[in-house]
Amino acid sequence: MPELTYREAVRDALSNAMREDDDVFIMGEDIAEMGGSMGVTQGMLAEFGPERVRNTPISEMAIVGTGIGAAMQGMRPVVEIMYQDFLTLSMEQLVNQAAKHRTMSGGQVKVPLTIRTQGGAGWSPGAQHAQQLESWFVHVPGLKVVYPSTPEDVRGLLWSSIYDDNPVIFFEHRLLYPLKGAVPDEIEPIELGKARVMREGSDVTVVAIGRMVPEALQAADDADKEGISVEVVDPRTLLPLDEETIVASVKKTTRCVTAHEAVTRGGFGAELAAVVQQGAFDYLDAPIERVGAKFAPLAFAPAMEQWVVPHAADVLEAVKRTVARS
Amino acid sequence: MAKVENKPARKTAANVLPAERLHELFREMLLIRRFEEKVEERFRAGELPGFLHVCIGQEAVASGVCAALEPDDVIASTHRAHGHTIAKGTHVNAVMAELYGKSEGCSHGYGGSMHLYDVEQGNLGANAVVGGGFPAIVGAALAFQFRKQPRVGVAFFGDGATNTGTFHESLNLAQLWKVPALFVLEMNGWAESTPISQHSPIEDFSQRAVAFGMRSVEVDGQDVEAVYAATREAREHAVSGKGPVFLNVRTYRLVGHYIGDPQVYREKDEVNDLRESKDPIELLRGRLELSDEEFEALDTEIEAIVEGSVEFAKAGTDPKPEDALKYVYA
Repeated sequence: MPELTYREAVRDALSNAMREDDDVFIMGEDIAEMGGSMGVTQGMLAEFGPERVRNTPISEMAIVGTGIGAAMQGMRPVVEIMYQDFLTLSMEQLVNQAAKHRTMSGGQVKVPLTIRTQGGAGWSPGAQHAQQLESWFVHVPGLKVVYPSTPEDVRGLLWSSIYDDNPVIFFEHRLLYPLKGAVPDEIEPIELGKARVMREGSDVTVVAIGRMVPEALQAADDADKEGISVEVVDPRTLLPLDEETIVASVKKTTRCVTAHEAVTRGGFGAELAAVVQQGAFDYLDAPIERVGAKFAPLAFAPAMEQWVVPHAADVLEAVKRTVARS
Repeated sequence: MAKVENKPARKTAANVLPAERLHELFREMLLIRRFEEKVEERFRAGELPGFLHVCIGQEAVASGVCAALEPDDVIASTHRAHGHTIAKGTHVNAVMAELYGKSEGCSHGYGGSMHLYDVEQGNLGANAVVGGGFPAIVGAALAFQFRKQPRVGVAFFGDGATNTGTFHESLNLAQLWKVPALFVLEMNGWAESTPISQHSPIEDFSQRAVAFGMRSVEVDGQDVEAVYAATREAREHAVSGKGPVFLNVRTYRLVGHYIGDPQVYREKDEVNDLRESKDPIELLRGRLELSDEEFEALDTEIEAIVEGSVEFAKAGTDPKPEDALKYVYA
């Protein structure tokens, strides 16, 4: 199997979709000559030209809203919001328009739009370029939310998002872009709403998303050395959520830790904890532990930043707390 | 530098309405008027859920613009959507049924007065968020440009919407990419209850379009022929690849912002004077020189159609409660 970085895997999905389908095009800030602020779309202007690789003004409402309008005409636009912090500027279009057209029209309209965005801490971007806002969108009926953690998953899930007939918010993590991994020779679409068991274990289930997936795998290695067997589950799609796989894992291990880089309070871990207690209450041997960032806008200085966001060590501690209960 | 065209559109074979067509538009405007009067009556009788905005006084804008469009052209409307929707081709039965929340409604009971859709007729939806519909019209027009289709996207909006961020972002992008879009400003002088003097530092909204390099045309919105002619010209400009056009249409809201609005913010005399001098239906009736008998006969026919729409709506199907989940995802 060939190897791609997470960044190359995103580009590969976009390029293949655009080669096969005239209805797919991409637009966003600085995505053409510059190739995107993260270099994801580098080289695509040369292959596809400025009509289909469109630089836009700094107008997040119009970027998303124009994508909505083109999607309602049956195109499959993929728009890029440079940092997920800037999704806040397009919230009205995402929440009131993209998510609601289908219901408000009584089923007359589809909005097959993909909104790619990225973010994350770990390089001192400060408070306005590092938030993890995925849980906001899980609260909005009509949207789908995807957050892959590996090159294979990001490629297969982006493909499926482009060909989904609903608006999909597609989260990428800045620190995952250079990560290398094996991918199938041909793109294999991955169904939205299917979790992946990243590592099997018997004592504790860690349900992790985004950057916290590799961190959880590291924690699982470390726990193993102390005789604790950790299963790591990556939901990959937050909305719709594969509750079955998650609940089945916790029924097997009887303990659960959730892990994301977003602040813990009101984070996706709260939803996961609710799903697990409802589905596996009688199996639980310990309270569900939530790992996430401390409740603060992200400070700039590396020492503060690293202290605020969670790491493998935080997951390991949480794992140990659940085991210590029984 | 873009210019503001403040002369009436040139009269050409393509933009003058034949007498027969003008009579049809008179009929349509009267239908919109009687429809909305009936809506007000039924709302006050407690039969209609939600809340409602009527376009009484602005009918010539809806009819003039939509008459100038081709069937494949698309519109996005506002919270004041009944006129646009009827003028774009949706039967009054389907609009009334929607206001009653019935499955036979044009949005199948999911939308209501502020979310009237009829995709088959090119109505991409009325938007209850002021300014919310601009970008989607730019996107629809972008799709037409991609596919080299001779179609336009039309955004209706009021002067209050020109203060929203989407207005500025969308006009900028539309002109930058020269997409075939028309921006139809229904300039009635009020943002709900707030007059221009309190919501805009300038009174000439054409300047906002011209600032983006966009062609802007000033139109008398009480004159359906003028609206039609200006829209025909603007449409030709847009589909020929020369870029979007801003239609600055002066019109008058002869009623409150919503049904039941006591209008404490404006003088009663002002409304009465406007009703005397600016009613687009009375103005056109005079121009067509309809006799009282002719008018009464037409009015009776239209009253019957409107009454029929109420009967149609009342006999409609109530959606099942659990159908609320049916269209969350495609």
